[in-house]
Amino acid sequence: MPEKSGAEILIDILVEQRVDTVFGYPGGAVLPIYDALFQQKKIKHVLVRHEAGAAHAAEGYARATGKPGVVLVTSGPGATNAVTGIADAFMDSIPLIVLTGQVATNLIGTDAFQEADTVGITRHCSKHNYLVKDPAELATVVREAFAIATKGRPGPVVIDIPKNVQVATASTDVKRPARSRFTYAGEADYAEINRAVELIANAKAPILYTGGGIINSGPAASAALRELAELTGAPVTSTLMGLGAYPASGDAWLGMLGMHGTYEANMAMNQCDVMVCLGARFDDRVTGRLDAFSPDSVKIHVDIDRSSMNKTVRVDLPIVADVGTAMQQMIDVWKGRKTKKQPLTEWWARITGWRAVNCLNYPGSTQEIMPQYAIERLFEATKDKAPIITTEVGQHQMWAAQHFHFDAPNKWLTSGGLGTMGYGLPAAIGAQMGHPDALVIDIAGEASIQMNIQEMATATQYRLPVKVFILNNEWMGMVRQWQELTYESRYSESYSDSLPDFVALAEAYGWKGIRCDDPAKLDDAIAEMLAYDGPVMFDCRVHKTSNCFPMIPSGAAHTDMILSADQVSGTMDDEAKALV
Amino acid sequence: MHIKQELTERHVLTLTVDNEAGTLARIAGMFTSRGYNIDSLTVADISEDHTTSRITIVTKGPPPVIDQIIAQCERLIPVHKVTDLTEAGPHVERELALVKVHGTGDQRVEAMRLADIYRARVIDATVNSFIFEITGGPEKIDTFVKLMREVGLVEVGRTGIVGLMRGADAS
Repeated sequence: MPEKSGAEILIDILVEQRVDTVFGYPGGAVLPIYDALFQQKKIKHVLVRHEAGAAHAAEGYARATGKPGVVLVTSGPGATNAVTGIADAFMDSIPLIVLTGQVATNLIGTDAFQEADTVGITRHCSKHNYLVKDPAELATVVREAFAIATKGRPGPVVIDIPKNVQVATASTDVKRPARSRFTYAGEADYAEINRAVELIANAKAPILYTGGGIINSGPAASAALRELAELTGAPVTSTLMGLGAYPASGDAWLGMLGMHGTYEANMAMNQCDVMVCLGARFDDRVTGRLDAFSPDSVKIHVDIDRSSMNKTVRVDLPIVADVGTAMQQMIDVWKGRKTKKQPLTEWWARITGWRAVNCLNYPGSTQEIMPQYAIERLFEATKDKAPIITTEVGQHQMWAAQHFHFDAPNKWLTSGGLGTMGYGLPAAIGAQMGHPDALVIDIAGEASIQMNIQEMATATQYRLPVKVFILNNEWMGMVRQWQELTYESRYSESYSDSLPDFVALAEAYGWKGIRCDDPAKLDDAIAEMLAYDGPVMFDCRVHKTSNCFPMIPSGAAHTDMILSADQVSGTMDDEAKALV
Repeated sequence: MHIKQELTERHVLTLTVDNEAGTLARIAGMFTSRGYNIDSLTVADISEDHTTSRITIVTKGPPPVIDQIIAQCERLIPVHKVTDLTEAGPHVERELALVKVHGTGDQRVEAMRLADIYRARVIDATVNSFIFEITGGPEKIDTFVKLMREVGLVEVGRTGIVGLMRGADAS
């Protein structure tokens, strides 16, 4: 009977699961797997410079390609460094397979060198995890892990493999039946779909509130959303995670909603009579003050995860289903009923009024580059190239969400739920690995970019032409903004002191560096960045104290948006201060 | 500003789960990480082939939180079925306690007399102590333990409750 080592079995199953790229970093407890990788040609390994980079790169790969991202790291610090990326993927429902080395089974629990309780640490920030104690179980576990990571609400699955299990052999003949021990929602109940269609058809002021679930459901779901919006005539808004599912150039597009969403999107959410939540989860960044959230609407919620229902907002019609399938069912029912699209004239007239506020307007300058202007020019220069945009976390992220416009899914990769600074550069590397010919740009801040700046070397090594566009205002801008709004401008530790010379840094890593601080020269500088065949770090020096508006301050309702700096009071009561 | 407290309800949940390493930690840890309460938790293997365990959890929370607890339990991969006995209708709850009392003379006689009334069995005896075994609903055991405090209670061990639906169907 043929026998193979655990490491060889692992590689075989990864190939069987059509894995072509693994992001990882070697170490003592994964040497047998690295040796097996060395002796094959089907899987490409991308050597990152820090395990957090591996996890975020795998996330970027997964979001850009729709395939699960695979991470391979060693035990102890290798695994703990990857935890932020695992938690990030868990919050944003990104399919990851994280393979961690572990000390040999006989050493577990003895405080061995580089031992950490990886399954314990990752238990509540992963969708599921395993400690494999026998190579004979490996094939079944890895197959099940891929199914769990990708089916239902996607998420990260951690497989902890002790070193002796990688070395020990097991028969490859034994075909253990794969356990089917998890169920996941697919099609919705037609009674619920009929009721939903009825509610939408009779609504005077409907709104489609869409989220990352539509992106996760696949391209067909985005297509279904476009058709549903067209059929119903309802306006469409989206969470940060769902941008691109409905085209920003579409007529029904209201822009992003929530804390830094548009005035028209938030007012329409507040004033609608039927809200259709599609693959979103009523996150606190979206709802603002819960008791004032869309008080008079009937709420329909389509989500693949039953635990998302009624978690924060009580809904009238929960539909547990795959959002793409459910939307297609709604389309079929709508067409079958010959329901005529209501004109919704009055509703759209009100929306036009809110749009006229022009909430994304910002003060212009000929002396300094306004950060919003930088994003606008970057968008204009790249919009015909179908770019993939990643971001870090902070003001630049919100400005990118507001002023860069997405017409297709899987083009916008950002850390939404966990809000992980340092996400953007490794995610860009992962996206570029998945789409070698795409234009991939990390829109960054000067503070965030330093959190995983070591990954510049990874881009250099694999000749990945990623562009990093830093909105450099010398502040942790979002922290500074909150301190200005909430703590009377006491700027506690939010100044980015001792910044590196980003151009010199770029050159030190073998990248091209560009600096620009003149709005008149910005377009040329962006053109220079785009023309360069290789990685570029663009240090865009922007106006230092711009704030990101509109903004719903914490503890406020959608109707209490701050639209400009002159509406800022500088203080908040304790109830509001206690909210994140 | 002060922290607000919400009114809570007591619910008895039973979970059918895979009997494998880490399942209990996953469930108990989920309660901790999401800030839910566990009043009592019992777990034991219930299937012939030792692949399935049944967990009974007594928890407290406002109704929407109870609903979330059930949904979050169902989301865990090794959890196959969650039943809210409190919501599902008539059911029985039983708990076993071992109660050790120390005393001589009248106190000892009184302990024995009370045990008899509560149908507690003596499972260990010395000249100056007893261990009683008592089963029943949690209130009965609470009352019995309270009475034993008056007559020389030394220590108590309780299993936490297990529960089943009344009638012929599985819960």
